[in-house]
Amino acid sequence: MSQLSMSPTPAGDSLVSVSGLAKSFGDHTVLRSIDFEVASGSVTVLIGPSGSGKTTVLRSLNALDVADAGRVRIDDVEVDFAERPVTKKQVAALRAQSGMVFQAHHLFPHLTVLENLTAGPVLAQRRARDEAQTEARELLRLVGLGEKADAYPFQLSGGQQQRVGIARALAVRPKLMLFDEPTSALDPELVGEVLKVMKDLAAQGWTMVVVTHEIRFAQQVADQVLFLDGGVIVERGTPAEVLTSPRTERARQFLHRILDPLD
Amino acid sequence: MNEQTTQLILDSLGPLLRATVTSTIPLTIISFVLGLVVALGVALMRLSKVRVVSGIARVYISVIRGTPLLLQLFIIFYGLPALGVQFDPFPAAVIAFTLNVGGYAAEVIRSAILSVPKGQWEAASTVGMGYATTLRRVVLPQAARTAIPPLSNTLISLVKDTSLASTIQVTELLRVAQEAAAPTYQFFALYGVAAVYYWVVCLALSFGQSRLERRQNRYVAA
Repeated sequence: MSQLSMSPTPAGDSLVSVSGLAKSFGDHTVLRSIDFEVASGSVTVLIGPSGSGKTTVLRSLNALDVADAGRVRIDDVEVDFAERPVTKKQVAALRAQSGMVFQAHHLFPHLTVLENLTAGPVLAQRRARDEAQTEARELLRLVGLGEKADAYPFQLSGGQQQRVGIARALAVRPKLMLFDEPTSALDPELVGEVLKVMKDLAAQGWTMVVVTHEIRFAQQVADQVLFLDGGVIVERGTPAEVLTSPRTERARQFLHRILDPLD
Repeated sequence: MNEQTTQLILDSLGPLLRATVTSTIPLTIISFVLGLVVALGVALMRLSKVRVVSGIARVYISVIRGTPLLLQLFIIFYGLPALGVQFDPFPAAVIAFTLNVGGYAAEVIRSAILSVPKGQWEAASTVGMGYATTLRRVVLPQAARTAIPPLSNTLISLVKDTSLASTIQVTELLRVAQEAAAPTYQFFALYGVAAVYYWVVCLALSFGQSRLERRQNRYVAA
């Protein structure tokens, strides 16, 4: 089974569209008005200083954070967050469109690696256990952890845990993969193995939205880079446009700070 | 110890064992299992965002913890008949102990559920699980690890608390010891035997607790 066959929308068509997304936590406005599109089979990287709202944008795409206003469409599921109340059913439908990789992996510690992967397919999607296990083993090979099926998460290194996290997200056959700073909690020498897997997924045609500080990853893999600051998208474009020759002072300063922290 | 006392002790071993096995242990197990069910329900109510629901749970826990168990037993056995509700001794004791365990264990279960990181709920939800599945398959198995030591305390306390049922005519271990001791005035000997029986039951439970804890720790780094 090819991983490509899992992405049903033809490459190039818009898979995700976000418009007018706004969100406050109490008095604190996190997102002002966010609009962007993600083409099917493309990689969008969100960068920006901490508190810029990039993680909230990502978490709004699967309604882990419920926006106050704006629309999110992923393929054929659209939720208008201004219409209250947003029902559990709508949230579930939107959330089922994507797979999520967390900064702190959030693997289920009481389940083996294989059980972590089959939990969604078997317990939630009611797929046959045999078939789910076969597919899970295939996904583990894809992330280079074929022999770790029976290990518990605590027995793995941070990089391995995060690769299991990626495989677990893939196991529910999402249309879109979301990554929330997947390498930020890792020791530096473990970052590469995770980025490598993500790069492979991109090469296979997965549609991905990634929040990261890994500028080199963005340069090599992203089709679109969004620079957020203060809850708005300040710059958008190709990696060359946003990362190499940013137009705004804010983006220039941010990139300078993370590329030359001692300067 | 004279021969008569020795004989009395030997004669009592069988009846006291029978009372332990047919009354004290079943009373403990039934009440504890039902109590855990009540406790889980109360804990989930207490965690509810609906204020009325969590308020009801709060009041329940407060009343159970704020009144003597002996009084709860008396109200159910001696008090409820005034309202036209009458129970036999054993069911009355089961109800009282169930409600009591329900109140105490609810707080244990609630805090154990809260000890599971929020990320676990989020991760479960991103792979498609709803509230009930997440609770059953992800949260409660992890909460169990935290809850086992305090719940074992509740269980071991319950073994001894069942002796209170002697006051509402349940022929459990203490009651049988009392009945055997009364005509002979051999209180020390017979209560001594009863004490040993209670202790042995609790020892067995402590042993079970250790095994359960070891099993629960299989997925945690040493």
